[in-house]
Amino acid sequence: MAEEFTINLKIWRQAGPDQPGKLVDYTLDTVNEHMSFLEMLDVLNEKILNEGGDPIEFDYDCREGICGSCDLMIDGRAHGPKAMTCSCQLHMRNYNDGDTITVEPFRARAFPVIKDLVVDRSAFDRIIEAGGYVSIKTGSAPDANSIPVDKQVADTAFDYATCIGCGACVAACPNSSASLFTGAKLAHLNRLPQGEPERKKRTVAMVEQMEEEGFGDCSNFAECEAVCPKGISISAIAEMRRNYMKAALAGDEA
Amino acid sequence: MNLESNVPEGPLKDKWSKHLNDIKLVAPNNKRKHNVIVVGTGLAGGSAAASLAELGYNVTSFCIQDSARRAHSIAAQGGINAAKNYPNDGDTIWRLFYDTIKGGDYRSRESNTYRLAQVSNEIIDQAVAQGVPFAREYGGLLANRSFGGAQVSRTFYARGQTGQQLLLGAYQAMMRQTHNGNIDLHTRHEMLDLVVVDGKARGIITRDLVSGEIKRWMADAVVLCTGGYGNVFYLSTNAKNSNVTAAWRCHKRGAGFANPCYVQIHPTCIPVSGDYQSKLTLMSESLRNDGRVWVPKEKEDDRHPNDIPEEERYYYLEEKYPAFGNLVPRDVASRNAKIVCDKGMGVGPTGRAVYLDFRDAIEREGEKTISEKYGNLFDMYENITGDNPYKQPMRIFPAVHYTMGGLWVDYNLMSNIPGLFVAGEANFSDHGANRLGASALMQGLSDGYFIIPYTIGNYIAGAELDKDIDIKHEAFNEAAENAQSHIDKLLGVNGDKSVVDFHRELGQIMWDKVGIARNEEGLKQAIEEIQALREEFWQNVRVPGEAANYNKYLEFAGRVADFLELGELMAKDALHRDESAGCHLREEHQTDEGEAIRNDEEYAYVAAWEYQGVNGQLQEKLHKEDLEFEFVELKQRSYK
Ligand SMILES: Cc1cc2nc3c(=O)[nH]c(=O)nc-3n(C[C@H](O)[C@H](O)[C@H](O)COP(=O)(O)OP(=O)(O)OC[C@H]3O[C@@H](n4cnc5c(N)ncnc54)[C@H](O)[C@@H]3O)c2cc1C
Ligand code: FES
Repeated sequence: MAEEFTINLKIWRQAGPDQPGKLVDYTLDTVNEHMSFLEMLDVLNEKILNEGGDPIEFDYDCREGICGSCDLMIDGRAHGPKAMTCSCQLHMRNYNDGDTITVEPFRARAFPVIKDLVVDRSAFDRIIEAGGYVSIKTGSAPDANSIPVDKQVADTAFDYATCIGCGACVAACPNSSASLFTGAKLAHLNRLPQGEPERKKRTVAMVEQMEEEGFGDCSNFAECEAVCPKGISISAIAEMRRNYMKAALAGDEA
Repeated sequence: MNLESNVPEGPLKDKWSKHLNDIKLVAPNNKRKHNVIVVGTGLAGGSAAASLAELGYNVTSFCIQDSARRAHSIAAQGGINAAKNYPNDGDTIWRLFYDTIKGGDYRSRESNTYRLAQVSNEIIDQAVAQGVPFAREYGGLLANRSFGGAQVSRTFYARGQTGQQLLLGAYQAMMRQTHNGNIDLHTRHEMLDLVVVDGKARGIITRDLVSGEIKRWMADAVVLCTGGYGNVFYLSTNAKNSNVTAAWRCHKRGAGFANPCYVQIHPTCIPVSGDYQSKLTLMSESLRNDGRVWVPKEKEDDRHPNDIPEEERYYYLEEKYPAFGNLVPRDVASRNAKIVCDKGMGVGPTGRAVYLDFRDAIEREGEKTISEKYGNLFDMYENITGDNPYKQPMRIFPAVHYTMGGLWVDYNLMSNIPGLFVAGEANFSDHGANRLGASALMQGLSDGYFIIPYTIGNYIAGAELDKDIDIKHEAFNEAAENAQSHIDKLLGVNGDKSVVDFHRELGQIMWDKVGIARNEEGLKQAIEEIQALREEFWQNVRVPGEAANYNKYLEFAGRVADFLELGELMAKDALHRDESAGCHLREEHQTDEGEAIRNDEEYAYVAAWEYQGVNGQLQEKLHKEDLEFEFVELKQRSYK
């Protein structure tokens, strides 16, 4: 069995949306290298409970890096130090005995805190609602192979479609922009023949919804790309801008 | 309990089309007047909600997560089956049907399984039209791969993220309807009870997981798409929030729970590393296309795997099952992993693991090709274990993965409570005693896109629902009070053992005695141990915090309380089924080589349990739906 070591933690505690929050110190001396970061927090919670305290709330579900629920700001970096890795897939072997780790929620005006490390990311759903789909009805589809799609186009669409909607891009952006999230969905759907007919309408609607939700503008800091656990390329944003400009210039209605 | 299956008459291939011709319709302008509640936003719930809303129903939808897109279906990796026969390797609807019913060891309803195969092709069309980026060949057409239990390539996939892409397709269709005002979506809401009025399902009670508020919702029909109950084992490949609560509370309101003992244990998961472990990670079955499973021939051989020469490796699946080799069905692969480990040939620090080796595939096809096929899985493996599978074999072991059992439904996917429909993993319908890979996604989407939207109309058109009731009706009052008092009771125990400890202990009992292999003595012990643990729970559990707040420990406490009852029912069901079938291996009934021996004379039925109360012991009454096989011949499964 792997050896246990000690980690010091500073964790954001906030009782509710309108309450003040602060960093609280904890020490855990039973960490081992095979634990995931969230398992380390589970163990800490059990300890807090045993001492009669209130456990720390944080979001998670799959713990496999695919559902996008987990969303921790670890030492000032969305999802922590390891590239292409969600908070739930980060393992304690990346830390050493005696390290101090600060854990905060993903912060943005459009992501209000619900409790402790849990935030409200429903703004993302509303951006998809605005146009992140192909408008077809169940049962009306032609045979799947009736429209061949260039393998490269399909593969690129897939790369953008792997976005898990975690919000790391927003949390990392100095402007709290949701451009990578929005751009990724647009880059997925807009390049496929199935998505082409609604390209302009979709682009304008999603971009405008993003602004309405209170996300900031993109100033090309590229912090989003650096923290994205799925490695989504910032080219999505340039593509979104081009499509938006074209649609706006053409004066198409949204 | 009425277990009338309502299967239409006629030849297998005509049943569904005939049924569609015969069922009653709700006029388009009337649909708006009908409310339908859909609980769950996974593949089944997402596709059902979107399709029902497109048809014009007023849909109210619920999920536990903060977004509909995060349902557990998102984690499905390997793929989805369909009988398209694009590779031209001889696949047909019949073959897909036959493989599925055989894979399920002849414990499912012929008519349902056949319909699933029939509808499978439309699912692929639907998903592609939504923009789901399935893998393609260079010519631009869709690519396929093989999965266990089949000798054709019929699995469509999107790298190792098929569930994600299909779910996003359904989610986006759902969000389109939400935007149009046809779906009223409530995230972070947990269903805690079903409301039954005049014997019909008329609504649900939920808890708002942010504010703690108990809310009431009324409808003409309720569609439960709340997933499987694998987390009764504590450790499983399911997402942490997957649970049985919605289904169990419906069961307590009279819905039959069918075949609860049928649990699939997936052969290729990353082994357990310690007590703190919170879940198990699946390594997709698709890996068995290229990975070879082996253990050292020598017992307790602690050499590095790369130092063990070819002739000292035991490729047990290839040797025992030359026809299917590494692609035998999951139950067979899991059982054999247990057998070799029990014999002392297991590897790794605990001896409870076997190797899955890509050396030969990498030599044959090159690292790049293998990385294109499985890159994300290899990365995930390395991230969790610290070992690089390009350089040394993976260590894998079986883990609880999927539950074939679930609420009993008829051909229309309606439970024995009129108006309560059940779709996806939450029902028992199509997989019998074992599910083949890539067929859960197929089933969830078939139920949601292509079956429920029609069968619900048939029900609503003829239901004659009382129009005068509202959410102040006494049935709503009673259910809401019931939900609240359950919460108060949990918070009131104020003991000193945590919810997680209870859950872990329950999981251990289930894994040891109601897991890969079961026997009479163990099952009897399990029942007693679960009863004792449940009693201890209600005397000594500690649930922190308050009801009117965000409180994950409280959510989990409610789910563990239900698992503590379900676990007993599973053991009871496994004990009563004195045969082996598919994943249910009773040690008393196996061949010398560990293959399941069925008893078709006595057990070719669906066991549907009726809840009758819990008082120290769980009281459940057994009802049987006999399975009739008109079109296939029951045979001993063989994958040799
Ligand atoms: C790791 C993994 C990989 C898999 N890979 C494959 C694969 O490659 N191919 C394949 O065919 N199958 C695969 N499966 C199986 C398949 O993913 C599932 O069986 C399927 O996705 C279940 O879908 P569902 O819609 O029934 O339920 P889920 O996706 O589990 O959704 C359940 C929904 O119900 C909601 N819910 C639950 N309880 C409540 C409640 N009380 N109140 C309100 N809402 C509630 C949840 O929030 C969620 O929205 C895999 C499973 C796992 C675990
Ligand atoms: S918990 Fe699902 S991505 Fe981390």
